[in-house]
Amino acid sequence: MPTFWLVALLLALAAVGFYGGRRRAVVSAGGDVKKLHSLPAYYGYHVSLAAFVPAVGALAIWLLAQPMFIETRVSGMIPAEAVPETSTLGLVMSDVRRVAEGLDLAVEQGLLTPKEARNAIAGEQDLRGLMGEVGVALGDSVRPEVLSAAQAYRNLSNTSRTIMTAVVALLAFGGFFWAYARTHKDFRARNVVERAVLALLILAASLAILTTVGIVLSMLFETRNFFGLHSWTDFFFGSTWAPNFRGDSELSILPLLWGTLYISFIALLVAVPVGLFAAIYLSEYASGAVRSFAKPLLEILAGIPTIVYGLFALLTVGPALANLFAKGGLLGVEWMAGATSVLTAGLVMGIMLIPFVSSLSDDIINAVPQAMRDGSLGLGATKSETVRQVVMPAALPGIVGAVLLAASRAIGETMIVVMGAGAIAKFSINPLDSMTTITTRIVSQLTGDTDFASPETLVAFALGLTLFVLTLGLNVLALYIVRKYREQYE
Amino acid sequence: MTDLSQSPAGAAPQPRKHGGSLLEKTPRTKKRNASEARFKAYGIAAITAGLIMLLILVTTIVGKGTGAFQQTFVTLKVELLEEKLDKKGNRDIEDIKKVTTFGYAPIIKAAMEAAVAEYGIETSLKPKELAGILSKDVAAQLRDYVIANPDQIGQTVEFRFLASGRVDGYMKGRVSRDSIENDKNISPAQLDLVDALAAAGVLEKTFNLDFITGADASDARPEAAGIGVSMLGSLFMMLVVLALALPIGVAASIYLEEFAPQNWLTDLIEVNISNLAAVPSIVFGILGLAVFINYMHLPTSAPLVGGLVLTLMTLPTIIISTRASLKSVPPSIRDAALGVGASKMQAVFHHVLPLAAPGILTGTIIGLAQALGETAPLLLIGMVGFIASNAPETLADGLLAPNSAMPAQIYEWAKRADPAFYERAWGGIIILLIFLVTMNTLAVILRRRFERRW
Repeated sequence: MPTFWLVALLLALAAVGFYGGRRRAVVSAGGDVKKLHSLPAYYGYHVSLAAFVPAVGALAIWLLAQPMFIETRVSGMIPAEAVPETSTLGLVMSDVRRVAEGLDLAVEQGLLTPKEARNAIAGEQDLRGLMGEVGVALGDSVRPEVLSAAQAYRNLSNTSRTIMTAVVALLAFGGFFWAYARTHKDFRARNVVERAVLALLILAASLAILTTVGIVLSMLFETRNFFGLHSWTDFFFGSTWAPNFRGDSELSILPLLWGTLYISFIALLVAVPVGLFAAIYLSEYASGAVRSFAKPLLEILAGIPTIVYGLFALLTVGPALANLFAKGGLLGVEWMAGATSVLTAGLVMGIMLIPFVSSLSDDIINAVPQAMRDGSLGLGATKSETVRQVVMPAALPGIVGAVLLAASRAIGETMIVVMGAGAIAKFSINPLDSMTTITTRIVSQLTGDTDFASPETLVAFALGLTLFVLTLGLNVLALYIVRKYREQYE
Repeated sequence: MTDLSQSPAGAAPQPRKHGGSLLEKTPRTKKRNASEARFKAYGIAAITAGLIMLLILVTTIVGKGTGAFQQTFVTLKVELLEEKLDKKGNRDIEDIKKVTTFGYAPIIKAAMEAAVAEYGIETSLKPKELAGILSKDVAAQLRDYVIANPDQIGQTVEFRFLASGRVDGYMKGRVSRDSIENDKNISPAQLDLVDALAAAGVLEKTFNLDFITGADASDARPEAAGIGVSMLGSLFMMLVVLALALPIGVAASIYLEEFAPQNWLTDLIEVNISNLAAVPSIVFGILGLAVFINYMHLPTSAPLVGGLVLTLMTLPTIIISTRASLKSVPPSIRDAALGVGASKMQAVFHHVLPLAAPGILTGTIIGLAQALGETAPLLLIGMVGFIASNAPETLADGLLAPNSAMPAQIYEWAKRADPAFYERAWGGIIILLIFLVTMNTLAVILRRRFERRW
């Protein structure tokens, strides 16, 4: 692990720099710390930072950019006719990577000398058998153009690694000696160190933007690829979801969207009344003792991981509903085919959302000024009349915001629907039917063997982007409403 | 008073509309009171409903999961026959290793026959069916023992063997004589044998440490599956999250709370953070798949990748709670530090940050707990669908070798067809919840113990 050793070297250099810088500063002041501009430790930090930060930054950028650079160079070397009809450039490239990895392993284990690996010619030796020996499974024997691409890939990676090590070491030692040379009793070390720390803080804060950009870009990129392979009209306006790995699939989001919204609707039907009444009771009626007992207990429901709810839906609620409504059930009807259904997922998701709705509404109801309640009660209204006719209208925008936030949670929820909702994409209004959602399809299209050149896999990114836009829109709207409402009473 | 003065002068006070005494309730008052009581009842009903859901959830988990912590074992005396295990008799370890698990089957059958004879159990079962009540794991267990202790060949050694999943289910009441009618893995005669062996004390249900420390097992051996290895996977992921999310989150919060000027960049960062907190977790999984695996070619199923994805997911939580605790440190502390000549940076790092530390720690623990229970992104980066059978030995292995994580392991078990795995899944949830409860309790204790009110 050369990268590991490189980082270890940088850390060691930083530690040496700290003591060296500090010592040099103290010596330059003739041992009298009071003559220094800054506290001695700042001179140490100065040298450490100069040795460590630029080098680590270069290392990180290099590691990020290297794959892209090498990929483009190597894939440019593969002639178009070398890509078989049934395959794509992406698949050939993954073969190339695997062969390169196999050669690396073979050299590491001493099965090949580095020279043999560089000069290996396809067909002359049983490369596939060799790869199998080191644990790299190949589909068929190594074709010459793949092998030469793999060798180029190895060469480029090796060169790139060497240059990277050189650049990083140069930056580290350069920074070290530059900072060390500048260290003097009149040097304003504190100001420099503080500016550097501030820059690091800004960098950390910008990571949030970087993540958002990463999410949007990665999905946009693959979505564009998807729309290159599949018509966007079918995706947005088609009526059937039928992925088919022989090609010509119908991939329309509408049935999935219908399932998602239906399940979310049922979840809100459970969560909103229960959560809202719980919040009203806790904030308007409950004594301190009841409040301090019931509120944390309800909030436990919010802290339970969704996998638990998923299992609860799959193994408890689903079979219980099937016992009632399925063939041979207690009600003697046959409305349900299996244990998975919209109702199963919706009910369980509703339970999960109860604390979400109740604690948000609780905050909002508490924000309604007491004077409004007092005014209403003073006019002779009962408590419930006050709640219904004064507090609720005042809190309504906020509560709408809370419900929208809950809806966005419901739409993006994955584990409960993966385990409780089923896998059949259809338009149906029977809540006991098994239906599927956007998130379940993302999971099923992206797990297992995936081929990033087929529309059946890439559709997951289009679905993900739609989901992202949908939840983001709901959140922005909800936060806008909530904020607007808060200002009203501040 | 203006209202009064506007009323027609000299008009006599109106009599009570409905007449009668104030103490006597009019129908309208009764109606209003009833609606008041109804409204209150709705509230109580809602709270009760919520609490009942919690109760049902907890009792289901405990009721169905505790079984996983017990396992049925069969104690057998096994004669390690020399002519089967080491034909040459020279105790050469390479020769002993050549005997496959298949070669151990006759020894196990003989041991079962001996036990049946010893306790005088009458049964019409053939030796193969006798051994059928034991787990398929037994031969491998025996082989491992022999390879580790070749000097024991030829001796008779007492072993505790796992019973098969069906037998275990029968002992726990999950499998009944009715439910096995069409089951080719077990027959009623074998259940009679199980009853007899249980009466003789050979077969018994005891605490199963292997479930907590062991590795996952293949579809055919639910009785041997454990959650230990995936627990390590979760541990390594949490290490990554802690090492990245805490410093980055604290740095970002310090900047936003203490240094950031009011400008568009700061606004943009803040809007981004609050939106990221609400992005569905599966979207982070897509990001991880596209960026870390497809683009950067980090290994699939590696806890490092899981940790990176969970870091991005946890950052907003940590930033939000850290900012709250930085905000709660009163400005007088900063003013005092600045007043005696500290720089702004010194005031923050030497005075504000230590005072905010308990709050930051609490927020971090809660963020970690949230990350520990998260499943959806892990599905996309490939932490399910295989058997995590080897515990990692080094730190690099722990971070880069394929592994599962606790919630992903639970999902994996829930997908399998054998109900014996469902019990494992519920048991796994108990362990997961124990971790979460411990972490949250720790957070609450820290908050109570160190939180300062200014």
